[in-house]
Amino acid sequence: MNYKAIVIGASTGGFYALKRLITALPGGFEFPILIVQHISSNSDNFMARYLDGISKLTVKEADEKEAILPGTVYIAPPNYHMLVEENFTIGLSTEEKIRYARPSIDVLFESAVYAYGNQLIGIVLTGANNDGSEGLLAIKKAGGLTIVQTPEQAEADMMPQSAIDLAKPDHILPIEGIAALLTSLNNNQKNSITT
Amino acid sequence: MNNLTDDTNQTINIEIDLILDAIFQKYGYDFRNYSRAHVKRRLLHRLAGSHFKSLSQMQHEVLYDPSFFQEILKDLSINVTEMFRDPKFYLALRTEIIPLLKTYPFIKVWHAGCSTGEEVYSFAIVLKEEGLYDRVQIYATDFNRSVLDIAKKGIYPINRIKEFTANYQQAGGKQSFSDYYMADYNSVIFDQSLKKNIVFAEHNLVTDSVFAEVNIIICRNVLIYFNRELQNKVFTLFSESLINGGFLCLGSKETLQFSQNAGLYDVLNAYEKLYKKRII
Repeated sequence: MNYKAIVIGASTGGFYALKRLITALPGGFEFPILIVQHISSNSDNFMARYLDGISKLTVKEADEKEAILPGTVYIAPPNYHMLVEENFTIGLSTEEKIRYARPSIDVLFESAVYAYGNQLIGIVLTGANNDGSEGLLAIKKAGGLTIVQTPEQAEADMMPQSAIDLAKPDHILPIEGIAALLTSLNNNQKNSITT
Repeated sequence: MNNLTDDTNQTINIEIDLILDAIFQKYGYDFRNYSRAHVKRRLLHRLAGSHFKSLSQMQHEVLYDPSFFQEILKDLSINVTEMFRDPKFYLALRTEIIPLLKTYPFIKVWHAGCSTGEEVYSFAIVLKEEGLYDRVQIYATDFNRSVLDIAKKGIYPINRIKEFTANYQQAGGKQSFSDYYMADYNSVIFDQSLKKNIVFAEHNLVTDSVFAEVNIIICRNVLIYFNRELQNKVFTLFSESLINGGFLCLGSKETLQFSQNAGLYDVLNAYEKLYKKRII
């Protein structure tokens, strides 16, 4: 299977989990990564700037209509939903909160399924709600790869547990395991392209 | 490859093209150049909550039942807003644009895509506090008549006031926010004198043209739903409506940068997306 993109959802405790995951990915990592982290609507783009400074990848807050490029991490802006357009650009929306969240993980995941079909990797990390479960199920149904953080390791176990119960993901792993899996998928795919 | 999914998705995309064509031909509302992910999400959401088996079946109802179309119209137009949404934007308006507007004897303001009016009243309050209200004419337009009716009334649910008040304070408000509304059990009604210089009118950014020459256009979180081509068309409409030296204010994630109109403007505030049309 050749994958084209990774979508990640995180909530309570997500900042630390994302920091560990993103900084564990090697330079030359090619899959674009789209992230929804639940965050207060008045926040600025601190998380993107911080992760950009300490990781080997380019990390930025997403702009509307922006083309999704390899090796780049896009973080949904506070108070906007982030969607993937089928021409592989980013769409933003101010429509109502879904399950009390804007940005919503489900909105990102479900739109990414239409754009990437089965060539999508979906990951649900720590959180104290059930956003992301429906979206992960949609990825699973479309034949994509689904991964959930081990609930015992998560700062808040409700969101990963909910995703496990609903979507029956392909992998349940701690952060280090997720980073290792993504790195090996990335390397395999690179090798298969060059040979 | 999962061909079934691809095939189904292709069929859904054909159905969306057809339903948008049907809406345009029958009702004149043109969503064909809206951001597709947004339209798809809203239509599929409506479909999931209905008894229809497909968008094609739903299209039949759209064509034959105007009241059902009104529901679809609500789905496709996003009317989620708040007073002083993005307080820092209003702070920037106050400090960077208001002093320049004060140099004009008379000021025309256009709120394009004003939805239910919260941001129109917000700016009216700023103008009042800055001593400019008596020399402004405010045009507040939207293509959706039902949201304009709400905007005209200026009545909002009381449970939103806490959020509005916090925004007002962060936006540099000079009074107590409660000076501007009267509350009853369920709702608040805004000071009717704020409406004195506001004209609410139907105007469709996609299909209508220039109607006035204005000093400032505020159009926030409307263009994010349009594709690039349609955005360009609307930027041209704005450029034709603004006086030289006039101001264009967009949502914080919207940008003129990629438009063919970008060269007509100077950037006043890159973060809050405040632009000034050049005096050529």
